[in-house]
Amino acid sequence: MNFENILSEIEKVDPEVYERLDTRRSTLKRFKDIAGKLSLAAIPMALGSMFNKAYSQTATGAQVVDILNYALTLEYLEAEFYKRAVTSFATIGVPAGAAQMAITTIRDHEVAHVNFLRTAISGAGGTPVTFTAANFDFTAGNGSMAGPFANVFTNYNTFLAVAQTFEDTGVRAYKGRAAELVRTGDVLSAALRIHSVEARHAAHIRLMRKANNFGDVKPWITGNQTGIGAAVQASYNGEENTVQAGVQITGINGLGITAEAASESFDEGLTPAQVLAIVDPFII
Amino acid sequence: MTNKASLEKPTDGLPSVSRRKFLAFAGASSGLVLAGAACRKNNDAGGVDLGSGDTGILNYAYALEQLEAAFYIQVLNSPYSGITAMETAMLRDIRDHEIAHREFFKNALGSNAIPGLEVDFSAVNFSSRDSVLSTAKTFEDLGVSAYNGAGRLLTNPAFLTLAGKIVSVEARHAAYIRDIISNGSFANNEVVDAMGLDVIRTPAQVMAAADPFIKTSINISNLPTS
Repeated sequence: MNFENILSEIEKVDPEVYERLDTRRSTLKRFKDIAGKLSLAAIPMALGSMFNKAYSQTATGAQVVDILNYALTLEYLEAEFYKRAVTSFATIGVPAGAAQMAITTIRDHEVAHVNFLRTAISGAGGTPVTFTAANFDFTAGNGSMAGPFANVFTNYNTFLAVAQTFEDTGVRAYKGRAAELVRTGDVLSAALRIHSVEARHAAHIRLMRKANNFGDVKPWITGNQTGIGAAVQASYNGEENTVQAGVQITGINGLGITAEAASESFDEGLTPAQVLAIVDPFII
Repeated sequence: MTNKASLEKPTDGLPSVSRRKFLAFAGASSGLVLAGAACRKNNDAGGVDLGSGDTGILNYAYALEQLEAAFYIQVLNSPYSGITAMETAMLRDIRDHEIAHREFFKNALGSNAIPGLEVDFSAVNFSSRDSVLSTAKTFEDLGVSAYNGAGRLLTNPAFLTLAGKIVSVEARHAAYIRDIISNGSFANNEVVDAMGLDVIRTPAQVMAAADPFIKTSINISNLPTS
């Protein structure tokens, strides 16, 4: 076993490996010290535990790929949704001008996110998942094409409701897994930069719904109110939280912060299980 | 109902009941923060030291939230001419969100928190919609880029989650402010690049941009850079 070669290989995918393991020299010395005391058969296990310790708060390459594929699945859902919308403006009833331009802008971003994540996953040595329009049922009918949003591409109100749900869910999905990407450097930065773009989209879609009197919503999420109805409640449950890291935000320091403002001022994450339950009816 | 007067009272002297819970939960890093009395502007060696490690990054966020909160308090105190009822309501919401963020960091940091910063809004014409909203746009986009850039500097996953909970709200603010300046500019190519990624800035870049609005000298030299 050539330990120096292993470190060099790791260094190619993780330039900070020596910071995690102190320095190259002390790493080698430590390894030799350990190796000298161990039988040859035990060396791989000792090596594994040394790296596990260094990466204890950092996702492994496989975990990073898993998280990025999770994000990619959601980006495909959004990208295919808006691609379909852009070719269906007339039947949906999206007004020409600002509204069509906004949906087109969002489409462009979601397609860019798909491409970016595919490249990132391949670059990390993983295999990106692939979806096409045929994999999705935007009526939430699980393939029946007759789910609760059956008129999603013929009714502007329904279309924007589904869009809002996708955007807000996307924001919550990224947030729910950000902590797993701690100390992953560029991977985390990229995920955060996509996350905040999704939040910008969400705010704009919500303004579009408000402007059309489709729902009494603000650019931010108030309590666990959907502004849509019970069909999408799962995407908003938990947003009513007003306690952050043990600190009660409502009325904090006597400054008159209402429970509504307290809930609005922090967006909440969703677990993968919660997100998958939400998007399951949309994926065939 | 929001009590405007109480929102504007100075933010000092709160017993941090919840701080210990927070610190225990988060496994707080130490990091000595010097509440520098002598504030020598533009001198990295002096001024208010944000501190090091995760504490430094949380103080960095606290500094930005102080700036934003102070700005919106002033906006609501002296509304620009022609402000609509909807704009008043939304800007009041934003003010309250920023105050909530500011107070959260203050309580969470406890004795590690930097003192209140002195702001300088002399470049803002608060009676002008254009001046106010363009400043708001600057602050919100800057805040988004700051949190996006700070994430990789944090070592505690719990802090990262908290930063994530705040940054998306700042992005919602940014989108709203941009849209009422020019509808459809919520995520235009000033802030989102061809790969669909939002703006990202280092603490040094952010503090340079914020510098004209902050009188207090801030020392960022102990912040982590990678």
